[in-house]
Amino acid sequence: MALTQEEVLDGIKEIVVDVAGVDPSKIEMTKSFNEDLDVDSLSMVEVIVAAEEKFNVKIPDDAVTQMGTVGDAVNFIVSASNT
Amino acid sequence: MSNRPRVVVTGLGATTPLGGDVASTWAALLAGKSGVRAVSEPWTEASSVKFAARVAIEPSEVLERVEMRRLDRSEQFGLIAAREAWKDAGSPVVNNERLGVVVASGIGGVITILDQYDILKEKGPRSVSPHTVPMLMPNGPAANIGLELQARAGIHTPVSACASGAEAIGYAMEMIRTGRADIVVTGGVEAAIHALPIAAFASMKALSTRNDAPEKASRPYDKDRDGFVLGEGGGILVIESLEHAQNRGAKIYAELMGQGLTSDGYHIAAPDPEGAGVTRAIKYALEDSGVALSEVVHLNAHATSTPAGDIAEANALAAALGSDIDHVAVSATKSMTGHLLGGAGAIETIFCVLALHHRLAPPTINIENLDPQVTIDVVRDKPRALPAGPIAALNDSFGFGGHNVVLVLRSFE
Repeated sequence: MALTQEEVLDGIKEIVVDVAGVDPSKIEMTKSFNEDLDVDSLSMVEVIVAAEEKFNVKIPDDAVTQMGTVGDAVNFIVSASNT
Repeated sequence: MSNRPRVVVTGLGATTPLGGDVASTWAALLAGKSGVRAVSEPWTEASSVKFAARVAIEPSEVLERVEMRRLDRSEQFGLIAAREAWKDAGSPVVNNERLGVVVASGIGGVITILDQYDILKEKGPRSVSPHTVPMLMPNGPAANIGLELQARAGIHTPVSACASGAEAIGYAMEMIRTGRADIVVTGGVEAAIHALPIAAFASMKALSTRNDAPEKASRPYDKDRDGFVLGEGGGILVIESLEHAQNRGAKIYAELMGQGLTSDGYHIAAPDPEGAGVTRAIKYALEDSGVALSEVVHLNAHATSTPAGDIAEANALAAALGSDIDHVAVSATKSMTGHLLGGAGAIETIFCVLALHHRLAPPTINIENLDPQVTIDVVRDKPRALPAGPIAALNDSFGFGGHNVVLVLRSFE
């Protein structure tokens, strides 16, 4: 089922708050997981596994390495949900 | 030896079955309260042991949710106790390259291993947490404390089962004596109250099965003792060279004088019934510290409430103390805290420090009929005042594998 950008961003916010304890208002499309949101490489694995479960999509490891920002992740998941 | 820096204790922190910090733990200890309670968790149904000494304050009440998620329970205890100890030491600004951490655990992150194995079996390998390795490694508590304090003189984790906490403090003292550090955060933690460790210790017949009266189950030196009670928690001390402490105007609780280390070469788990290794460790500890037996007025015994262990230790103490036996007040505080394994030597060193500082030996509870083989002078039911003037105390700790560690502390005037 296709997901909207808004739906995915809200879901990612929930996951990042849970994994990294970040203030949800700080989580925006342009923010870097590592530099802005205290999501290091270990916590990024948690975010990805949680996102796969939540949105019922597969996120391959080589796609994860390209996900610098929240927007990168959101866009990947939105397009994956449309295929 | 005379050129070695003197080492003093300047900060204390703990989370134990008796309290969430040092003050509440010490107050409960003096009041003779038991931290042992029935455990109502699903695994107890099939278990022959249905009680334990869980911490009085759950880490979730103190730590951030993300810290809870990324840290094994043993690491949570370590961080809680280290924060208290560091604050108690005055949160000093120090040269990080001269700051060390030596914090032990007997077993490491066993609950993390077991939980993640359950996840592996139920949900598959991809669901195993990326934090699993940093959470299960026995050096995890030390590493997390070191990271928070940005310690750069070295982080170490000696592992010697139930002697680990005491061995850590001895190692920390040597870091200062040998000039590697000016100040070290040290102690021990354990978090192993879970179906598997309980079943494993029960299978060795090491645990008490007094399910009808858990608070009376830990009864060192009592005729009817039937095993130890598994406890959890941790204790952390800040120790530093006397010069470093005085230069920054720190309050000083006591002086850490020396240590004695031996091994039994007897059996993987059973104590040497003669206790020869313990007697030698006490002798070496007194030699290392330059303290005379005539100054020793208090001893915090290992005394876990096992039938064989308590007597082996009591006999060894009687042999080591000789004619000085009549002025050494012996406390078996595991009667109240249960046995914290790798945390035991650390909280019991803290109890020795406080006993010297307040000149009060804590009681031993649950001795209804003193085992007639016990000839040492056990402090029973109520605390006992310790004399004025310079006084010294010993803490002995032993571990499966035949490890014996004795630490010597002295009042600081």
